[in-house]
Amino acid sequence: MMPLLPSPWISYALAVISGFFFGFVLERAGFGSSRKLAAQFYFKDMTVLKVMFTAIVTAMLGLTLLMSVGLVNFDNIYVNPTYLLPQTLGGLIFGVGFVVGGYCPGTSMVAAVTGKLDAVGFLLGTAGGVLVYSAVFPLIEGFATQGGERLLLTDWLGLPHGVVAVLVTLMALGMFAGGEYLERRLGRKASPAVPPAQPAERTEVLGGASS
Amino acid sequence: MEDTSKSTNLDGAPKPHWDPYLSGVALGLVLLATFLIFGRGLGASGAITRTTAWVTSWFAPTWVANNGHLGGYFAPGAHWWDDWLVFEVVGVLLGGLFGGLTSGRMKVEVEGGPRIKPRTRLVLSVVGGLIVGFGARLAMGCTSGQALTGGATLALGSWAFMMAVFGGAYGLSYFVRRLWT
Repeated sequence: MMPLLPSPWISYALAVISGFFFGFVLERAGFGSSRKLAAQFYFKDMTVLKVMFTAIVTAMLGLTLLMSVGLVNFDNIYVNPTYLLPQTLGGLIFGVGFVVGGYCPGTSMVAAVTGKLDAVGFLLGTAGGVLVYSAVFPLIEGFATQGGERLLLTDWLGLPHGVVAVLVTLMALGMFAGGEYLERRLGRKASPAVPPAQPAERTEVLGGASS
Repeated sequence: MEDTSKSTNLDGAPKPHWDPYLSGVALGLVLLATFLIFGRGLGASGAITRTTAWVTSWFAPTWVANNGHLGGYFAPGAHWWDDWLVFEVVGVLLGGLFGGLTSGRMKVEVEGGPRIKPRTRLVLSVVGGLIVGFGARLAMGCTSGQALTGGATLALGSWAFMMAVFGGAYGLSYFVRRLWT
């Protein structure tokens, strides 16, 4: 029965290995580049959306499948407790910082070790943000700690885990289709190097569908 | 921008990025593996918080120990480094470095939009980091620990966080378009 839950020091060794793959994949996805990450917010390069939601769907479907055949005990999987107001406000603030700074914490680490000085600045800023938050924490503690229940989308929607997993997958597929469309419409503008020489071929394949 | 910054490219032309959907499947399998082995997902900002608390404790040990948000890491029997995330992040740094070395993307530079001066970009990266650091603490996690991990376990608050991140970023993007376009 999973999760396996190894002893602390074996856990720590395996944590380094898991992190290694995490960092490696982030680099290969292109997430060590602030320009690529920020392009998401101008609909020019939807890589962030595609990678993030493919990863969520992959892990979610894997968990759901293994739960349904009894190989995973979901009660032993850590589920982030829900603090609806602090998480929503925190997310809005986070998003603002993301588009100003060009990174999120994990991607800035990958960018920093591959030589991006702006990522080093971002990480130092993040540490500063942690300190500012800690300094004002006594003033906002009441707001920041309201909530803390184990709440899932399944509770909110009143639907079984498998059904929600299918709905999330369909939503992701819809967003991918939208993302591909927006990239074709807006992404090409950024690179006029793509010559309009292909339409003849494309017309043949797509039967005259406009690009 | 690339022209004005000092750059040392250790390799020739960098390897292309992986296909986004393949990258996503790879990332999802790493995430799934951590759920199956450790019962928890990936993260990043938690390790930054712990490291920041540790470094600050060299200069202001009393303040850190008495702080409502950071003090817990310095309670009797607790260690700032004693968390899965701290070790995972060591791996992230090594994996990112390995990725850069093997892709030809190791390059010392200040990266930013085509219209922004490197110095302005550096200042704004610190400002953005400050805002992200604050937001991540309020939300108790970042795009890794909340959006990815909480998203895959269908945690309601993590989905609210994720939507809010995109909302905040898209809401401001028009006003800061000079930074990136």
